[in-house]
Amino acid sequence: MEIFLQQIINGLVQGSVYALVALGYTMVYGILGLINFAHGEVVMIGAMLAISSLTALLGIGVPPLLALPLSAGFAMLGCMALGYGIERIAYRPLRHAPRLAPLITAIGVSIVLQNLAMMVWGREYHSFPQLIANSPHSIGGAIINDIQIIIFILALAIMAGLMLLVHRTRLGRAMRAVAENQHAAQLMGVDINRVISVTFMLGSALAAVAGMMVSANYGLAHYYMGFLLGLKAFTAAVLGGIGNLRGAMLGGLLLGLIESLGAGYIGDLSGGVFGSNYQDVFAFFVLIAVLVFRPSGLLGERIAERA
Amino acid sequence: MSFHSARSLLFAAIVLALAGCEKPATPSQNTPGELTVRIGASAPLTGPQAHIGKDNESGTRMAIDDANARGIFIGGRRIHFELISEDDQADPKTATIVAQKLVDNQVSGVIGHLNSGTTIPASRIYSDNGIVQISPSATATAYTAQGFKTAFRVMANDAQQGRVLGEYATRNLGAKKIAVIDDRTGYGQGLADEFIKAAQANGAQIVAHEYTNDKAYDFTAVLTAVKGKQPDLLFYAGMDPQAGPMAKQLKSLALKLKFMMGDGGYTPQFIKLAGDAAEGSYASLPGVPLNKMPGGKEFETRFVARYQPIQLYAPYCYDAVNVMIAAMQKADSVEPANYLAALAGISHDGVTAKIQFDEKGDLKGGAITLYQVQQGKWQPLETLGAAAAAAP
Repeated sequence: MEIFLQQIINGLVQGSVYALVALGYTMVYGILGLINFAHGEVVMIGAMLAISSLTALLGIGVPPLLALPLSAGFAMLGCMALGYGIERIAYRPLRHAPRLAPLITAIGVSIVLQNLAMMVWGREYHSFPQLIANSPHSIGGAIINDIQIIIFILALAIMAGLMLLVHRTRLGRAMRAVAENQHAAQLMGVDINRVISVTFMLGSALAAVAGMMVSANYGLAHYYMGFLLGLKAFTAAVLGGIGNLRGAMLGGLLLGLIESLGAGYIGDLSGGVFGSNYQDVFAFFVLIAVLVFRPSGLLGERIAERA
Repeated sequence: MSFHSARSLLFAAIVLALAGCEKPATPSQNTPGELTVRIGASAPLTGPQAHIGKDNESGTRMAIDDANARGIFIGGRRIHFELISEDDQADPKTATIVAQKLVDNQVSGVIGHLNSGTTIPASRIYSDNGIVQISPSATATAYTAQGFKTAFRVMANDAQQGRVLGEYATRNLGAKKIAVIDDRTGYGQGLADEFIKAAQANGAQIVAHEYTNDKAYDFTAVLTAVKGKQPDLLFYAGMDPQAGPMAKQLKSLALKLKFMMGDGGYTPQFIKLAGDAAEGSYASLPGVPLNKMPGGKEFETRFVARYQPIQLYAPYCYDAVNVMIAAMQKADSVEPANYLAALAGISHDGVTAKIQFDEKGDLKGGAITLYQVQQGKWQPLETLGAAAAAAP
């Protein structure tokens, strides 16, 4: 029983990171109908910026509890600038091009960012300074540590904040309007370019937070880390119904749980025929199953609510 | 300047910057009368294991630069060795493409590949084209068991290493219930199988055999499953990018057991990634500790001065190049067909071991040293295996 509970906790923590990254995919898709495959690399750059700034801040003697939010802010600002730049350079010139063109530039941007990161930060793994005590708490025999609690709560808070932003503010209304009909929104006086830029910047800020969470939780960052994470988060977005904010959150948490429970139990359930090496396969199996049986995703009424 | 050309200029600049970043800055001092001999090398230079791959490339490059500085004469002509380094991405498919590329470049020999999973498929291509291949680090038994005359390695194989590890885990560490995780690569799979064989032969019970892959960093699900089986030792067969976070997650999931790895975990990077969770972990490395070898300390000093701290296999790459050149000198030829026999019968004092090959191309009597992380550093515990007594 405590093993089961532990797998649920593992899944929820992992899933909340997927959800944050998935939100970035889904926001861009909702507004532009574009899958921003470079989003995973933005997560990676966020993690790298956080680690670099954190190391620098700690180096000049800033107290850890101040350095942590400062470097988070730095990573978010850096990624927002990056998100803005990606949209401006790689996607805006192609906004009215056939749909395949921006998809290919997205993959191109992803490769460029990966190689740039390799040049700037090198090929080695960077370790995340251990600032939060790794003290385990026991819940019914299952172990959860402070970092994981912070990740889970922070992710939920950010998602709640995003929902408020989209549904309660002027900017959110503009985003929803652009998502529904760009031309109509433009005629009503919405500055489309600005809304799209802001969407990219918001998604990238979330990616920076997610990147920082991943590297704090696993204690590492590497120029290659964004690739698989990006694919998983994309799967989560599709699972929940791409273009749908609540769907991305649900999809992320579900995917985390599916992976964790799947990897934990498949060996015993299949009598050793399948093993935990299929952990990553679950995500993509889910992707195929969703695309075949419910292409619009779990919460996928795309027209009803996109942002 | 029009907007369009400005943009294409920018693109060209980016492409040039990306293409230029990997060009080695070795000046070609090819004076007349000199013969240029190409030596191929391949390791993952991108991807999760890029830091180990770069380490291999540096070790190889240093040996080649040393040979060029020494001035080697073969067949009456001064030889200028040229390194052709290719990235195989630790991917078996890419490795075969790289192998073909090296063959097409008419290399006289190949130092590589790093992983067993890439070395094995590539070895067929080298063998078909009669090109000598010395792997500095592939340990899977399958590599030299294919009957290829061109395949050599300067490292103990998994049968030797897995046996030593399995025996050490059971006899010295007293493990009774053992869990094994492997990364499903040619290396991890082979090492895990040999380890399990040896552990079971010594009366231990394998309570779980789980799997991951060489790009993963989240093992919480697998480790939680392992925890349910209550083992007293966990053996991980794979490389440090996985071993580091795995050790960390072991600690945060409060699994109290001994953590053991093969040579893939014996790196400073492992300690960096695992943090204080690295303390007490075990790993093995074929050969005797570097500072106990005659030229080992000197090699390390020079290597660190020129590149960065040794990650893992750089000394083995250095030896692989030198043993290849020694065979060329002995045969007085740079043609693989001519120096192959000399290589098979060679006896060379390397920085990692005295290198002699058996009939399969494996290292003869490879010693294996066990290490443990103590106070944040890898410390040698003891050297086991056939050559332990003979080591200086």
